[in-house]
Amino acid sequence: MLTEIFHIWSDSPALSLAIWLVISITLLYAGRPHGHQLLRSTGRAIYTSLRLVATSIRQLEHRVQERNRDVLLAMGRDAAEKSIEREFQRINTLVDRDLSQYPSLHRKLADTLQKIQDDYHQASGDVLLPPAWSEVMDTISALPTSGDPAVVKVLENIQDAVESSHQQSFKAYQKSANERHKILHAMQPEWRTLNSTMDKVEALLGGLDERTKVIDRHMADYESLRKAEDKAVNALTASSLTQFFIASLVLVIAVFGGIINFHLIALPMSEMVGGASYIGSVRTSDVAALVIIMVEITMGLFLLEALQITRLFPVIGSLDDTMRKRMAIAAFTILVIFASIEASLAYMRDLLALDREALAQSLAGATVAQAQFRWIPSVGQLVLGFILPFALAFVGIPLESFVHSLRTVLGLLLLVVLRTVRLSVRALGGLAHHLSTMLISLYDLLIMIPLSIERAVKWYRKTSVQKIPGDKGDADAAIEEHTGLSADPGTGPGTDVATAHTNRRKTRRSRSSTDDSELDELPLNVSVGKA
Amino acid sequence: MNSYSYVHITRRALVLLAICTALLLHGCSAPEDQRRAAFILIDISGDYASELQQARVLSNYLLANLNSGDSLAIAFIDNSSFTERNVIARATFDHRPSVASQQKRHFQTQVEGFLRKFKVPSHHSDITGGVLLASDYLQEMDAGRKYLFILSDLREDLPPWLDRDLPVKLDSVQVVAVNVKRQRQDNNSPRDYQNRLALWQARVEDNGGQWQLVNDMARLERAWQ
Repeated sequence: MLTEIFHIWSDSPALSLAIWLVISITLLYAGRPHGHQLLRSTGRAIYTSLRLVATSIRQLEHRVQERNRDVLLAMGRDAAEKSIEREFQRINTLVDRDLSQYPSLHRKLADTLQKIQDDYHQASGDVLLPPAWSEVMDTISALPTSGDPAVVKVLENIQDAVESSHQQSFKAYQKSANERHKILHAMQPEWRTLNSTMDKVEALLGGLDERTKVIDRHMADYESLRKAEDKAVNALTASSLTQFFIASLVLVIAVFGGIINFHLIALPMSEMVGGASYIGSVRTSDVAALVIIMVEITMGLFLLEALQITRLFPVIGSLDDTMRKRMAIAAFTILVIFASIEASLAYMRDLLALDREALAQSLAGATVAQAQFRWIPSVGQLVLGFILPFALAFVGIPLESFVHSLRTVLGLLLLVVLRTVRLSVRALGGLAHHLSTMLISLYDLLIMIPLSIERAVKWYRKTSVQKIPGDKGDADAAIEEHTGLSADPGTGPGTDVATAHTNRRKTRRSRSSTDDSELDELPLNVSVGKA
Repeated sequence: MNSYSYVHITRRALVLLAICTALLLHGCSAPEDQRRAAFILIDISGDYASELQQARVLSNYLLANLNSGDSLAIAFIDNSSFTERNVIARATFDHRPSVASQQKRHFQTQVEGFLRKFKVPSHHSDITGGVLLASDYLQEMDAGRKYLFILSDLREDLPPWLDRDLPVKLDSVQVVAVNVKRQRQDNNSPRDYQNRLALWQARVEDNGGQWQLVNDMARLERAWQ
């Protein structure tokens, strides 16, 4: 069909091709303004639409960003409140434990002080002053001994009496001093007691001071969160991502633990629920083993919730303390029962494996070998079967961190996706714009021969007008030269199109009337820079 | 938590429950039957009696690979094979693995007993009768996958009084010809051997079965899979 159309003009392919080329070029030249308009408007429409889409995505991105920020701040506030509450609880415990003994400590301190005071008073009573007696003795000794013998005798008697009194007083003074020393010696343990009591008080107040500083730090963080500062948001984002990766890692480890647990009890479960029944394409025994593991994990979650270690279920958290305690006991009891069942199943698995191995050896014609130390893996499986449920019970802690941090991570991922889509859409719009420009140039390239003729004609007209001044053509050429517009609007290929071009050109800056003006294109009234 | 939140949570829980129930029902709606049933036919005719040790290998292999809920039977092909006396042992393994292991041991003992007591080969080989017997057994088991293992040279030599010109129900039965021994006549004319195999293949496939040839016992696993 196409071949027939191709050869409609002539049987010669070259001639047909030439005719078709001439027809095509002529048609393209005639429809050049329309073609340019079509390409330009299409490119602009695609660009504008995609830019609109990009703007919408940006708004959505802003909303998601705000939502992420709100979620982060809410989580951060919640965490800060919990930290502050915990610190206050610690202070309360500290005060209850240590400061409750403070009255007795104070009483002890007061008693010690009173005793020290009494001792001090006792030690500071009136005593003889030996220096005064010595002066009297010196004065009497210095009296002259060469006078009247009666006087001398009297003086000697006085001296003896004074010396005797001095000796007595000195002894009394020594005795008093010894007593004071004894009292002061007895005060020494009291001072030590006082010192140790004061150390205790200092340690107590120091602990309180440290707690107060921690609370101050938490309060500063909380204040920062309340003000929604960027620093706090960035810190929370980093913290959430860290939590997410750590929690994911621990959950992966828990999954592996679950798989080991599953293989430990799947085979013996077929002894209980049968190995020939299926649910869908899965063995019922496998499903039962999975259910047991899931129930164990659930009991672990309930236990952690009841102990208020995790807060995944607000209903459990809002129960009163007695009820929570009962729930914790119930969950722990069920967990222990399941762990015991698992331990027995694990042991049974070992027996079954042993039996199966013996059968396989028998079927293979080999003699059944008695393995040494066979009890070690048996006991190992028994212990593993008992321990693994408790290990899996703690999966609630990383699960809570994972769930909480997942909100942040998903929000960030959504942001990344939206940003990528927005950039792609914008790039696509720019590409459409440039493609339209390129197609316009290609269009002109196809009809370059008639365009060249047109240029030559214009050049000829221009040069002829310059040669004949005062001619009417001079005015037209002058108009063309300055405005790039033909003086006679009816002479163009289409009057309406020419009028449209004229209107458009009026809005444009004047440009040189070179041949390149034919390739002009309308500038897009859109900004490519900031969206 | 206010009543609205409780209502909201209850609705979500109901929706989740409905989805889980739908998934569960979907999973249970068309359960694929995972049970397997296998039947072994041993040719004890004069030309093939020397290959009886292969029966031990095959039965032990199947015993090792069959699980709880699966069925296995073994019978021999002699002058007239469509009788209950031809069945050496049969068992459907219990759903408890420990009991199934005991059944396997018992089955093995029965096969070993037969092989130990066997002395006189049969003059004829009624293969079609054995296939009919196996077909009945496999149809009766109604397992998800059915296998018929034939340990024979596939040279049928019917006594004149037997009428075996009747169709055999082998719908969805995987027929595996194991260790098809080439006889002296086959050496003289290999075309006979090929024709014999082609005849049996056509016969099996015409009756709805699938044909497979395993001459090397080490390749049994491929047939079994």
